[in-house]
Amino acid sequence: MSGSKLDLDPGVVAACRQAARQIAEQVTDQIAGRTTLSVERSVTRLLGVDGADSLDVPLPNVLVDHVHERGGLGHGIAYWLGNTMLQTGRSPQEIADSVSAGEIVLTEIDLADDRAIHDRVAEECAARLKEISGRFDERRAMRERLGEGPPPLRYVLTATGDVYEDVVHAKAVAEAGGDIIAVIRSTAQSLLDYVPYGPTTEGYGGTFATQANFRIMREAMDEWSEKHGRYVRLSSFCSGLCMSEIASMGAWEGFDNMVNDALYGILYRDINIVRGLIDQRVSRMINGYFGVVINTGEDNYLRTADAIEAAPSVTASQFINHQLARESGVPDGQIALGDAFEIDVPVRNGLLYEWAQAQLTRELFPDCPIKYMPPTRHMDGNLFRTHASDTLFNLVTIATGQGVQTIGVPTEGIFTPHIHDRVLGLQNVDYVFNAAHDLGEEIEFKRGGIIQTRAQEVLAAAHVLLERIAQTGLFEAIEQATFGDVSRGVEDGRGIEGIVTTEEGYFNPVVDLMREATYA
Amino acid sequence: MPRTVDLTAVTPYADHLGDGLVQLSFTLPVPYSLAARKAALELAGKMGFEEPEVVHYQQLTDGYTYFVMYGRCVQTVDFTALQGEGFDIEYMGEEEIESFAAEHLGRRIVVVGASTGSDTHSVGIDAMLNLKGYHGHHGLEGYRSFQTYNLGSQVPNSVLVAKAIEVGADAILVSQTVTQQNLHVHNLTELVEMVEAEGKRGEIILACGGPRVSSELAKELGYDAGFSKGTYPHHLATFIVRELAARVATAG
Ligand code: B12
Repeated sequence: MSGSKLDLDPGVVAACRQAARQIAEQVTDQIAGRTTLSVERSVTRLLGVDGADSLDVPLPNVLVDHVHERGGLGHGIAYWLGNTMLQTGRSPQEIADSVSAGEIVLTEIDLADDRAIHDRVAEECAARLKEISGRFDERRAMRERLGEGPPPLRYVLTATGDVYEDVVHAKAVAEAGGDIIAVIRSTAQSLLDYVPYGPTTEGYGGTFATQANFRIMREAMDEWSEKHGRYVRLSSFCSGLCMSEIASMGAWEGFDNMVNDALYGILYRDINIVRGLIDQRVSRMINGYFGVVINTGEDNYLRTADAIEAAPSVTASQFINHQLARESGVPDGQIALGDAFEIDVPVRNGLLYEWAQAQLTRELFPDCPIKYMPPTRHMDGNLFRTHASDTLFNLVTIATGQGVQTIGVPTEGIFTPHIHDRVLGLQNVDYVFNAAHDLGEEIEFKRGGIIQTRAQEVLAAAHVLLERIAQTGLFEAIEQATFGDVSRGVEDGRGIEGIVTTEEGYFNPVVDLMREATYA
Repeated sequence: MPRTVDLTAVTPYADHLGDGLVQLSFTLPVPYSLAARKAALELAGKMGFEEPEVVHYQQLTDGYTYFVMYGRCVQTVDFTALQGEGFDIEYMGEEEIESFAAEHLGRRIVVVGASTGSDTHSVGIDAMLNLKGYHGHHGLEGYRSFQTYNLGSQVPNSVLVAKAIEVGADAILVSQTVTQQNLHVHNLTELVEMVEAEGKRGEIILACGGPRVSSELAKELGYDAGFSKGTYPHHLATFIVRELAARVATAG
């Protein structure tokens, strides 16, 4: 490959892309003709429905369940909302309130002409999308006005469980040079088939992703950014059973980045494959449309599978995820594919293998930012050793030019970071990024040496794997425990009951409008 | 003449025997200032450290200051009184366990395990139960004397207890990794309560494990044993076969 430091064979790379395209197309066919409860709920959210009833059931759930129980969801929630808007003159939010109060039954209202329904709801949807886009335009202007740090962007997690504590931690992160703050979600949230409502102060290993929490963080960080003259991004997780809803909430609240990978939920939360991939498609579409950068989760595989043996599965997955993201209309500049520094500490020349893998990812996806994750799996209570491992990780990050780096913290093997742990992590990053700033430009790898050979071997094995998956399909590959050594069956898993077969006349204005915009 | 350690009055060792030097680091929710430094010194004094010294301090954000300190600890512990507190257990090897079980129990031991509640971390329980095991030691599934059921992760306590009763388990094995806000304590306690409510506490051995689980914590919560980092399947198996054999002996 021209300009390749790894001397990669362009023919193999092209064949990988071709196989990945084929795999992604198959997935598209396999999930076609279906929608999910959460996709429909995200339509209501983008139409402006918010709030919860007296039992804390979010109104998007009230609305979608109301139609689903009456067997109408095969037409899409937009159809019923559009009709009710036409016939009653109410807004989507007013309709949700009326349904919640038991005043109207959407499926019993006289039906207007299909065309008129579509036009009415499409018009409403276009207006809302325009409103959100307008906010993102302002945000982009703010980002440009204030400026941000140069890549690799320093991505830092806050996870206290209490959104108000998260704000304090986030400010400490910003002060120490963090560029992106990710509100990591509470342990139980992935399995909830709704998004909790309102600000929350109790979470475990993370803080609930709610729209109110997003807003609280956004306001605090915007204030910080204005005061200090540097824009700080926010990120959260489109994962679990509500991927596309979280994407919608993030859109309203101006989140800049989102982790967005169905495989994480499928493998590690036992979410049904089809459910996850349908939700992912729409959720990535929403992120893509508003210019949000998505992060994929290949790093996770290395937490349950061996980093050396499983390297080809990471590369293969990156090819597939890249194609799946593109099929959802996400441009390369917004696809931060996942990668991680997870080789066990005693492995001789482990650093060289990490270097090879990091450089390989960079070269295979030159236009994608790449999200590089720190060592975690083999980190333990010896926080000083973890800090040392992080130094090597930081060195590889800067020398291979990763786009986004999740920073390592010394207490990674113990608990979710305390306020000073992140600052220590960021100081380590500062030190290494500065001291080795242009190292990447100076380095060429020995022809046929350990690094080149390793990268070529991983690529070749990824190619074999991709060809095999192209034959069997992605679902079968997941069943065969290709990723993370975890096996999941297509008929199993949580959320399967929330998949709905669409009927003749199904209508999703969000998807239609976004697709039009992408392919216009 | 080299000095010898007085094991009845042990204090931390840094540079010289008996210097008592301790490193500590923490954050105070006060603005970065000389007063903050004073506050840290005073606090260390109240913790009982002599000659406390701030070697580094810095602002984290407005109103928060981080410290690295040293201080001399003047407390001592009597190490001689603490012998036999755990590390000295002699674990049996796999074959030894098999023959011990055959001799003392003469039947397969049924164990049911899971990572419970919303905890999705399964590597620990898999390490104990699955054939593959951990660092080259296979899990109980690979033992002739054990019949294992691994329910995986995110398993509600109620499901785990029901399964244990259904298969007549000798032991329930619980793994807990997420400990923030004491989530693990809550989950572990709930399981004990459920087993008690079923009237099975006397019949079933309860063992738990996880990176932040200690045998002290486990016992405090009503478990028979708790295991942490560095546990291998044969450690667990040794405990189970000995405990069952003891129970058989007292019953017989
Ligand atoms: C792998 C991993 C994951 C994987 C888990 C995959 C899987 N299927 O297990 C994934 C990526 C899914 C994951 C997710 C999350 N993780 Co995680 N994860 C880890 C990681 C990197 C390694 C854990 C591990 O596998 N260790 C290896 C095993 C073998 O060790 P072990 O569990 O301690 O088991 C040994 C002993 O404890 C004992 N043992 C354990 N169980 C039992 C049971 C019995 C009966 C016995 C006898 C012995 C025993 O024996 C084992 C062998 O010696 C740690 C970081 C670290 N280095 O520890 C974080 C970590 C555990 N995760 C953490 C968090 C917060 C999460 C999330 C909550 C993050 C989020 N908000 O989304 C989610 C979990 C969501 C949920 N619902 O639980 C925190 C926990 C903080 C805390 N103390 O509360 C850690 C410490 C990372 C961090 N610093 O923030 N994680």
